[in-house]
Amino acid sequence: MSFDIAVDHRIGDRLIHLRAQAGAGLVALFGPSGAGKTSILNMVAGILTPDSGRIAVAGETLFDSGAGIDIPAARRRAGYVFQDGRLFPQMRVRANLLYGRHGDAPLPFDAVMDFLGIGHLLDRWPATLSGGEAQRVAIGRALLSGPRFLLLDEPLSSLDPARREEILTVIERMKRDLAMPMLYVSHDRAEVERLADQVIAL
Amino acid sequence: MILSADEWGIVALSLRVSLVAVGLMLPVAFTFAWLLARSRFPGKLLVDALIHLPLVVPPVVTGWLLLLLFGANGPLGRLFEQMLGVSFMFRWTGAALASAIMAMPLMVRAMRLSIEGIDHRLEQAAQTLGAGRWRVFLTISLPLSLPGIVAGLVLGFARSIGEFGATITFVSDVPGETRTLPIAIYSALQMPGAESAVTRLAIISILLSLAALVASEALARRASGGRTNHVL
Repeated sequence: MSFDIAVDHRIGDRLIHLRAQAGAGLVALFGPSGAGKTSILNMVAGILTPDSGRIAVAGETLFDSGAGIDIPAARRRAGYVFQDGRLFPQMRVRANLLYGRHGDAPLPFDAVMDFLGIGHLLDRWPATLSGGEAQRVAIGRALLSGPRFLLLDEPLSSLDPARREEILTVIERMKRDLAMPMLYVSHDRAEVERLADQVIAL
Repeated sequence: MILSADEWGIVALSLRVSLVAVGLMLPVAFTFAWLLARSRFPGKLLVDALIHLPLVVPPVVTGWLLLLLFGANGPLGRLFEQMLGVSFMFRWTGAALASAIMAMPLMVRAMRLSIEGIDHRLEQAAQTLGAGRWRVFLTISLPLSLPGIVAGLVLGFARSIGEFGATITFVSDVPGETRTLPIAIYSALQMPGAESAVTRLAIISILLSLAALVASEALARRASGGRTNHVL
């Protein structure tokens, strides 16, 4: 079992309710905007606390309201790629990539540079990157933090079609080479059909 | 323009008083700014109002309150005397304290604004990368609020250099101890034939304030690395 999620959470007058169990590979969380997909990812990452429920990834319980378990975000080892990149603006690309560096990274630094083709960007400031470059750096930063699983929040949404294809290829390669549970949020049916091994509809 | 030894002494005293005032107020103001920007607690409105008091009440009143609290018989004055051996009455330390209190609201405001402007989502991103509370604070929150800290320091310094009312009320006009630039200018104006001294000291005051302003521009530019703070 890769992702085992049973959560209830109220934001304002909206109720997020999910019961899902997923196998290996890339699991797509699919649904219209406003369905709470990003909130689910935030709960799995530990930056949003569900009102109640249980979250386990690859057999490890990260949150269980009944048992009083709530592992802090910093210790969940989630490789979270945000929709908007969220690179740290006051650090160059190199410092961004190394921010969460962890010995257990699935790929060493040089391999990540080659894999994502970002070796030539290391001395740049995030503000000077194109959308596609920034998203690749964000993926690299997540991979180098030694994640045990990946959370991808519409990583293509801010990109033009040519850049989309580029990042899609990267994600397909990660899926093939890393053998890591991946939870992928999208509202695009074509994207989901191409990438997902399993779909959770929201 | 040539200053007399006495006048150089006044400039040096003003700088010392202002730098000590702003330096000591920095951690205090940042802590207040952080609390006001980030936390909710009972009495927050009252704390906010008290911090802003020196900005809105007449400086003479602030000076009088300082006299009551930090004077030789004031509760805090006695505490400082006993605990640290620091007394304020008629001393430059008192001038620095008055300056610090008068500068506080401006410093807190500038810092609070920049702390409120920090994108909380960047701090969350740092958390998911394994950073604990302190690392997030030191590597993300603090650097991102740096322009506000610099602005607060410069505003506070400029306010301190110009401080008059609270200081003269609290620690009077003692040459060599509390006679800072504005007080020296005022005293010189009371004496016949000191017009040239007034002119020299006034020019020095203007130059100091301009230098602080230019320095702040340069620092702010460096602090933000000539970049905008946008994420992408």
